[in-house]
Amino acid sequence: MAIIAEAKHLKAYYITQSYGIERTVKAVDDISLEIKEKEILGIAGESGCGKSTLLKALLGTIDPPLKIVDGTMQYEFEESYNVLSMSKDEIKQIRWTKVSYIPQGSMHVLNPVRKIRDTFHDFIATHQNLNKSETTQLSQDYLQKLGLSGQVMNAYPHQLSGGMRQRATIALATILSPKLVFADEPTTALDVLVQRGVVQLLKEIQQREGSTLVLVSHDMGVHANLADRIAILYAGKLVEEADTRSIFKNPLHPYTQYLIESLPRLDDKTERSSIPGRPPALDNPPEGCRFHPRCPHAMDICTKEVPPLVDMGGGHKTACFLVSEEKT
Amino acid sequence: MIHNTDENLLDIADLTKVFSLRQGFSTTKLVAVDKASFVLKATQPEIVALAGESGSGKTTVARMILGLTEPTSGIIRYKNKNLTQLTRQEKRSWFLKEVQPIFQNPFATFSPLKRIETYLFETASNYNVVEKENVNQYVDDILNLVGLSLAEISGRYPNELSGGQAQRVSVARALITAPSLLVADEPVSMVDASLRMSIVNLFRQLKDEQAVSVLYITHDLATAYYAADRIAIMLGGWIVEYGSVEKVLGQPLHPYTQNLKQSIPDPDPDRKWEGQINLAVLETDEFTNMGCKYASRCPEVMEVCKQKIPTDFLVEDRTVKCFLYEDKNQA
Repeated sequence: MAIIAEAKHLKAYYITQSYGIERTVKAVDDISLEIKEKEILGIAGESGCGKSTLLKALLGTIDPPLKIVDGTMQYEFEESYNVLSMSKDEIKQIRWTKVSYIPQGSMHVLNPVRKIRDTFHDFIATHQNLNKSETTQLSQDYLQKLGLSGQVMNAYPHQLSGGMRQRATIALATILSPKLVFADEPTTALDVLVQRGVVQLLKEIQQREGSTLVLVSHDMGVHANLADRIAILYAGKLVEEADTRSIFKNPLHPYTQYLIESLPRLDDKTERSSIPGRPPALDNPPEGCRFHPRCPHAMDICTKEVPPLVDMGGGHKTACFLVSEEKT
Repeated sequence: MIHNTDENLLDIADLTKVFSLRQGFSTTKLVAVDKASFVLKATQPEIVALAGESGSGKTTVARMILGLTEPTSGIIRYKNKNLTQLTRQEKRSWFLKEVQPIFQNPFATFSPLKRIETYLFETASNYNVVEKENVNQYVDDILNLVGLSLAEISGRYPNELSGGQAQRVSVARALITAPSLLVADEPVSMVDASLRMSIVNLFRQLKDEQAVSVLYITHDLATAYYAADRIAIMLGGWIVEYGSVEKVLGQPLHPYTQNLKQSIPDPDPDRKWEGQINLAVLETDEFTNMGCKYASRCPEVMEVCKQKIPTDFLVEDRTVKCFLYEDKNQA
């Protein structure tokens, strides 16, 4: 499959200076990632591991104190775009029409004093030269296609239920048929029924439009249901990347193993352990492999050297000396 | 169900809370909790989960039990005493020691400007639980229960702890007064995924070793199943199904519980969701329905559901609020 976006050795740090003391938070540290056309790529990891920062870098929304220290990020549509060297205006040209973004808190995204109809109009009219009745028609048709009720258009955001609000946001983000959609925790803070409705909608849009979806979430259950491939982040590093089945059935990195092991399941009450220790602070991460202080298999080399991301065959990549040593 | 009240630690009967929302000159009434009844047994400590989607009234129930919100009607009995009739003195010297809250976000629980151990010492001195000279030892013992030690957290501010650790301190603070009941409102939803199970395991351990009962409020049914002995499923202020977790989540009877169970994302790529689900469009839809609140979304809706409000039927060792089980009522 063709590659639609590619990050190479991306390093995005938050650099702040106060009273002459410089503090660097290495939120994304040397991450290389390929996003294939028409796939659903899940990015998983706990809070503070750099998921959102990675997304910012992938989207090219770099604002101080965030700085891209190193690396490249490229979109490959009809022509290729080098995201990190594009100006704000150039990014605006492709935002929503080619590359789209579904934000996390749908509560705060929609303008509370405008009806959904007006929000849709404002949004479409910025990109296409249409008048109000045309945009209303267009958005009504689109909502209908997605199976959402027409009532939505005449409501104010606060009148909608949480799930409907999130789905209206998704409709808004995808109405201009973008090729590449990034979703940042689209189901967090929604309850299970609504979550299922939202996941259903995301999948439907992705399949009908033939677009590519990058889904950032900490919920492994959602990934299992939706993603084709999963990348696991830990403390600003990519530790494992594989197709969904391999991640769940045959995780190689000790962190992934713990993560899968600790998931509670229905119809099973046996004791589940959680990962010992705590995630490291990113302004002063441990030397070598960043997981070594919590890892039960830590070796000498883990404390000194950073394990490279190695392909173990079949596109299953992992960054762990334990696994890569065995292979050699 | 008829209960001998002596056997109940917490007995909630027909608890109702109506909020009046004023918009200009009109007032709308919102029934947040509608005749909810459930019990926590006193004979043995247990974990009871209260689960349901957002806006179903879970937190309002918790706030009423803690005495933070006044119930509109209904009775809350704790150790056979009616909570709404407690004097201030009784409330302070007895009830607040007995029932302690744990909140959702550990970083919002503690002030970022205070050292975290001061909360433990202040609670100890406010409630006079131990003599001054032994307080260090006492606090350390309590922290050991939650897997921490005084040396570990002493002098540290909340931001220096991980979410899991801060939530543990929050549990430790609640344990200082040696309570019989913890009311935990979404205690794990803000905690990192890798540390989440440590908090849930802690509740199980406290129940077994310290005989502390827990009212575990959550929207996460997987952890509810893992931790709880019994569960009450809430929908629009009602308790629609109530019984042991094995029964209610194992073989759910109410169509809403069935739908909930199917919607839990299983962390297994071999078992994906199938079929479509219906969601409510407007926030207020379900609260203003005439009959059953689930009627507009229910796949098995009947004519009677739109007209009348179902009562609780006792079926297969649990109560179900659904007309489907009218004939099978065993009560």
